[in-house]
Amino acid sequence: MTISTGVTHRLKNFELKRNQMLKIENLHATVGDTEILKGLSLEINAGEIHAIMGPNGAGKSTLAYALGGRPGYEATEGSASFDGQDLLDMDPHERAAAGIFLGFQYPVEIPGVSNLQFLRESLNAQRAVRGEEALNGAEFIKLAKEKAALLKMDMDMLKRAVNVGFSGGEKKRNEMVQMGILDPKLAILDETDSGLDIDALRTVGSGINAIMRKPDKAVLLITHYQRLLDEVKPDFVHVLAAGRIVKTGGPELAMQLEEEGYEAIAEAA
Amino acid sequence: MSDSVKTSDYDAERKEMNAEAQEAVDKASTYEFGWSSDIEQDFAPKGLNEDTVRFISDKKGEPEWMLDWRLKAFRMWEKMESPDWAKLDIPMIDYQDAYYYAEPKPKEKLGSLDEVDPEILRVYEKLGIPIEEQKVLAGVEGARKVAVDAVFDSVSVATTFRKELEDAGVIFRSISEAIKEYPDLVRKYLGKVVPMRDNYFATLNCAVFSDGTFVYIPKGVKCPMELSTYFRINAENTGQFERTLIVADEGSYVSYLEGCTAPMRDENQLHAAVVELVAMDDAEIKYSTVQNWYPGDENGKGGIYNFVTKRGLCQGKNSKISWTQVETGSAVTWKYPSCVLNGENSVGEFYSVALTNNYQQADTGTKMIHNGKNTRSTIISKGISAGHSDNTYRGLVRVGPNAENVRNFTQCDSLLLGDQSGAHTVPYIEVKNPTATIEHEATTSKISDDQMFYAQQRGLDEEAAVSLIVNGFAKEVLKELPMEFAVEAQKLLAISLEGSVG
Ligand SMILES: Nc1ncnc2c1ncn2[C@@H]1O[C@H](COP(=O)(O)OP(=O)(O)O)[C@@H](O)[C@H]1O
Ligand SMILES: [Mg+2]
Repeated sequence: MTISTGVTHRLKNFELKRNQMLKIENLHATVGDTEILKGLSLEINAGEIHAIMGPNGAGKSTLAYALGGRPGYEATEGSASFDGQDLLDMDPHERAAAGIFLGFQYPVEIPGVSNLQFLRESLNAQRAVRGEEALNGAEFIKLAKEKAALLKMDMDMLKRAVNVGFSGGEKKRNEMVQMGILDPKLAILDETDSGLDIDALRTVGSGINAIMRKPDKAVLLITHYQRLLDEVKPDFVHVLAAGRIVKTGGPELAMQLEEEGYEAIAEAA
Repeated sequence: MSDSVKTSDYDAERKEMNAEAQEAVDKASTYEFGWSSDIEQDFAPKGLNEDTVRFISDKKGEPEWMLDWRLKAFRMWEKMESPDWAKLDIPMIDYQDAYYYAEPKPKEKLGSLDEVDPEILRVYEKLGIPIEEQKVLAGVEGARKVAVDAVFDSVSVATTFRKELEDAGVIFRSISEAIKEYPDLVRKYLGKVVPMRDNYFATLNCAVFSDGTFVYIPKGVKCPMELSTYFRINAENTGQFERTLIVADEGSYVSYLEGCTAPMRDENQLHAAVVELVAMDDAEIKYSTVQNWYPGDENGKGGIYNFVTKRGLCQGKNSKISWTQVETGSAVTWKYPSCVLNGENSVGEFYSVALTNNYQQADTGTKMIHNGKNTRSTIISKGISAGHSDNTYRGLVRVGPNAENVRNFTQCDSLLLGDQSGAHTVPYIEVKNPTATIEHEATTSKISDDQMFYAQQRGLDEEAAVSLIVNGFAKEVLKELPMEFAVEAQKLLAISLEGSVG
């Protein structure tokens, strides 16, 4: 079959566009009066898993919060779009409904509110924004049971108040159950691996793969450790230092970081 | 609508009204219940003097002893001074510029709620009477039973389930009826828990109380259904002076629900109810309130003054009285549901959520008076203050010299929304017996930015996030409410917080 190069090019372009999920260009963000993100650019396509690594205080959590729309994390310059929508223009709950999920580095306690109540209200709020029907109690419980099993989480934990009295590891696992139930398009997981023992790390890793490794989904993993990346193999690894992506590579970059440390890489960049 | 309307039409209309009621509850805007309906009123002349008292007593066809009792109270009240010790900023009330009695035009006696003026039924529907109760009212088979003694304005217009209650020996009447039908029983207990001289507003209530409820549960009887009364102020400038008396005889049990809302008014209205409970040996009374009187507008204009005296006497050994209240309404609330624990091993409980927004002021709490041996009390108070409001918990735990081995646990939590509102905790503890164990815990917190963002990131908008967190804060108290009330109360908290965020 012959086909003119012009057409092939256009087709390719079209395909790329269709798959693009998150596009961040020259993003500057301040917390208080301090600029933390200083011209960060990043593109994530559907079906991809990206890892961001970088020293403490580099701005990794700030990036996650800025993408989630946390008040006080102000984008002062640049742009961020999600599925073609201007992300910076949306309220936090609208971003959630659009399909962005944040796995918190420090999950928050909400006394008196059970995980089940919290998630059912959250899911149905998202569905309402998307014009979908609310799940009834039975449908929701079925879904919750399925996702809890995936993460080896006891249903009794889901009946307890959100993160109250949970150990560090339980909190992280709970974040992944929430991710499973809310079924986002893009999961930004902020140090989900820290505080997990080896077995929990495996469970969480396989949970992430089961829930998110799909052609129409993408993951941004923020981590310090190779261990998680052994479980959830990234397509791209980025080094974030001083508010910018200073280096991008494949899985081998993570290995190199593990051996040489951030400083050497950041300086060489 | 006339008496000739067929049942099926009624059912159809009920359904429509139910949907409307649900919408009224669900609707998220300003005060939901701000309307007044069109029912003919019979007024006592404006102002307060002996003639007013005589008018009321005469209207109700009361016996001589009742009139004398009222007059005694009125003369006492005239010499009393309005209290000012509570942490409240109360504008002067002109007691002469108000009506003290209003009743719907007398109609022939009704056998059941079905025969009630549809306009009145509509009022109940708009009040958002819980679904379970609506089912009962609509005659749905197998629906949970809740008896409604409907107090419309000041007069009870209908009592349902009278027959079934009568079979169980339970007396559930408007207090006016009870005064005529069971004078000895009423006379024996009226004013015995809250003495006539107790306080300014209680004394006023004794003089001019319009109507209310009387309940008597005989020995060994577990009341076959939850008893429920809906109060409503419906006439302009008509103060409400409800009077409730519940007596639970030995080994009996009753759960009583009281809920109220009031229509939008510009003038301030006075509400001074008195509730007396008596529990004999091994008896238990559970009294639950959802209070949603008109709180005034967002600038603090209008609203109800709610000065209520509620007290329970645990007279018998092993008796128990439990107060649960959700207070979201009224411009000014002054209310301390209390327990006098005289019987050995008796138990008093107070679970309270008080929410104030805009310019509302609430000064509420409880008194646990331990006179008997081995008496126990639990106080859980959750105060939520938003807007420019002020919310005070004021509580007293007193242990008498002969009360051995008393235990009290008190937990007072305050939640502040925004930075213009106030929360205060004023616990008084008086212990005259060294064997007592008294624990008091208090916290004040704000909804954290972390919690807000966490909830929003999961998909809740700002108001839904606040409502969720506030309901979680109040959970310990809400779970004490009967099921149908708990749902209503949660919605009420959400509605009451509108405009307090963002
Ligand atoms: N709420 C805040 N107020 C002021 N500075 C902040 C705040 N949050 C983070 N920072 C600062 O921003 C920088 C980046 O923080 P963060 O994004 O948490 O880094 P990382 O997640 O990469 O460790 C740090 O210097 C941190 O001290
Ligand atoms: Mg971080």
